[in-house]
Amino acid sequence: MAKQQPRVDAVIVGLGWTGSIMGMELTDAGLNVLALERGEDRTNEDFAYPKPADELQYGIRHTMMQKPKQSAVTIRRNLDERALPQRKLGAFLPGDGVGGAGAHWTGVLIRPTPTDLQLKTFADQAFGKGVLQDDMQIQDFGVSWDELEPHFSFFEKVCGQSGTTGNLNGQIQAGGDPFEGPRSEPYPLPALQDTQNTQMFEKAAKQLGYHPFPNPSANVSRAWTNPYGMQLGPCNYCGFCSRYGCLNYSKASPQTCILNALKQRSNFDYRTNANVTRVELAADGKTATGVTYVDGNGEEVFQPADMVILASYALNNVRLMLNSGIGQPYDPVARTGTVGRNYSYQIGGGINCYFDDIEFNPFATAGATGKMFNDFSPGNFDSAAHGFIGGAKMHSSQASGTPIKTPLPKDAPSWGQGYKDALQKYYGHHMKLSMTGSVMSYRSNMLDLDPTWKDPYGMPLLRMTFDWKQNEHRLSAFMRDRLREIADVLKPDYRDESFNLEGSHFKVTSYVSTHNVGGAVMGTDPSTSAVNRYLQSWDVHNVFVPGGNAFPQNFQANPTDLIAALTYWSAKKIREDYLKNPGPLMSRS
Amino acid sequence: MASQPDNASRRAFLRNSFMMIPAVSLTGGVSLTASADEPAPNLGDYQPAFFSDDEWSFLLAACDRLIPGESAGKGPGALDTNVPIFIDGQMDSPYGHAERWYMEGPYVLDGSPDLGFQYPYTPREVYQKGIAMTQAYCQQQHGKRFEQLDGDAQDRVLQALEANDVDFASLGETQKLEASEFFASLLSNTKEGYLADPIHGGNKHMASWKMVGFPGARASFRDWVDQHNVEYPLGPVSLTGERG
Repeated sequence: MAKQQPRVDAVIVGLGWTGSIMGMELTDAGLNVLALERGEDRTNEDFAYPKPADELQYGIRHTMMQKPKQSAVTIRRNLDERALPQRKLGAFLPGDGVGGAGAHWTGVLIRPTPTDLQLKTFADQAFGKGVLQDDMQIQDFGVSWDELEPHFSFFEKVCGQSGTTGNLNGQIQAGGDPFEGPRSEPYPLPALQDTQNTQMFEKAAKQLGYHPFPNPSANVSRAWTNPYGMQLGPCNYCGFCSRYGCLNYSKASPQTCILNALKQRSNFDYRTNANVTRVELAADGKTATGVTYVDGNGEEVFQPADMVILASYALNNVRLMLNSGIGQPYDPVARTGTVGRNYSYQIGGGINCYFDDIEFNPFATAGATGKMFNDFSPGNFDSAAHGFIGGAKMHSSQASGTPIKTPLPKDAPSWGQGYKDALQKYYGHHMKLSMTGSVMSYRSNMLDLDPTWKDPYGMPLLRMTFDWKQNEHRLSAFMRDRLREIADVLKPDYRDESFNLEGSHFKVTSYVSTHNVGGAVMGTDPSTSAVNRYLQSWDVHNVFVPGGNAFPQNFQANPTDLIAALTYWSAKKIREDYLKNPGPLMSRS
Repeated sequence: MASQPDNASRRAFLRNSFMMIPAVSLTGGVSLTASADEPAPNLGDYQPAFFSDDEWSFLLAACDRLIPGESAGKGPGALDTNVPIFIDGQMDSPYGHAERWYMEGPYVLDGSPDLGFQYPYTPREVYQKGIAMTQAYCQQQHGKRFEQLDGDAQDRVLQALEANDVDFASLGETQKLEASEFFASLLSNTKEGYLADPIHGGNKHMASWKMVGFPGARASFRDWVDQHNVEYPLGPVSLTGERG
């Protein structure tokens, strides 16, 4: 018999961005809220100078990331392959501990476009029959730009978003992104400083007729006090950002932006080393009674709660739903069930450019430093003519200049005197032209429970089935050609490139992206979505699932702004309607 | 060519930067292996904690070929910078014991290499097995141990490992550890030891950072980020406050 703790009004599983936001919103509403975090506690003291400035510890050994020992994922590329566990981290690096990935992210804080939120509607209008792959399962999010806009604006103030406004209430602004959806307010803070590579990229992009603008950043450019009274200091371009905790109180994170305010509230509490293994359901399966977790001593504990918020990483949210029997698991053959359906990801590619006589000083940078253009997001160019849907943000970013990760030309020797010579010649003489591309959803890209491997608590691991599809191969080839044109303008002394083109398959061994999305997607149709448009489980009404899991497919921008906006959107509905009258917020029919 | 900052601004910058370097004391998180005024050990005096004497001889010889020292050209080598000491230390770290990795069976050994490593070995075991099989290969091919071969012959052995032309299975390997995997671990750990902060035992006196122009743990460039295409004038600092 599990130990039992006193009941709370709401239990939050995971204390990263979405858990922290829900914590603020639900304590605001007067609820007694408890967050359960499976990792360690992390406070700003853990990031005091010089601790984060250690590439081996954080950049290479992944000290802030999830341990596969605790929660590996098994991976296969198609339904016929045998999935194998990802025994050490590679393609993606989910966060661990208080703050989650929000403590070690790069800090690119960018909105999707209004079209991205209604991609199926757009596809039906812009693409003739037979253009798109027939196993594609793209959908609208079920929530509109106008509904989410206030929540983007609020979260961007929480983060002190730094950048250049492109569209203010429909008026296009110089220097910003003319393709962005209309903002009700300008960026809270001006853009970060340019670096050598961003100036070169901007000039070449403009010469080719594109519309470059500064990467929208959650590394703040100026001192900032956010709506919760939390203070951020201006970024000092320390060069240890992506994969590192911030040593300067400059990167928006749950720690710097929310948690110290939240922890002061008497109706909020949190426990670390509390690994939730399942949500417990009432006998009729229609409501949750709380969650079961294993504490730091290995003891099983039942935590009763009136409401359960699954706020862990997207992949783990889906796994918890599957391991708890919430909703019907997706079957890719019968095409029934919704939990695990429409898992999606992000595709990357780029051209490394080396210049013998230019000093890039890559160590002097913020995580989000860079410029991008959005001319190739859906609706802004004729992708149908090239046989694909989706888009890419095209950018030159410079997240870090740490030496172990120094890129060297592909034909440079990897060891011996030639390696040493190349290291001397090329360190600090490199910039990258990159595309970060959308990935659509497909019948066989999905998540379910692995039949073989289990975690230390005896629960099945999550099994991921994912591969690149023709649509994304075509997108990559198109974007590669555009980046090559930029490289032709820049004329590097040496260049090489890497793209996922036709015939290439997903590899787990090298880093791709930690933008794992979908699997418990939102929508207005319970036959194709696991949660409704308020992120409420269609099947268990007191379970809400905020996170990247809600994306029906992925778009070309980074996910955090939308994840946070959706969380505030869900919280608003909980506060305004659900608490007064707990029950399904949308009818199934 | 990159332009140089003018002398006055350079002096002001240097002065400000030195004033901003704090006297560092670390508590928790990272364990100190050396402090700024305690010199890094000499490789010749070092007693390995994990590797046997025979393994250590291999490691020294291999590291010297992977990143050779000054005799082969400009810049310090792996032995000049205590890389083998770094690797020995890593073997007793969470990494060496694969503490964070998923190491539960069953181990399926015939899957695609694109699904990542699947053999049941920690990095400690990879080194022990990899070194033993490489030595057996050297005996087979040359009748000598690796460290007894001349440099060119050592390079050919390393090239064979890298290209997976050494058949570990025929040398007794049963769990499909491949020569190329062993080589990849050895090479990446060697580069880590060469380029990581000296707190981890390698990169003695930040010699590799000085060579490439990486300023180490300075981690403050607010006054520098807008000075484009100008060579950064200051040497590195380490996590323990050593200045180069």
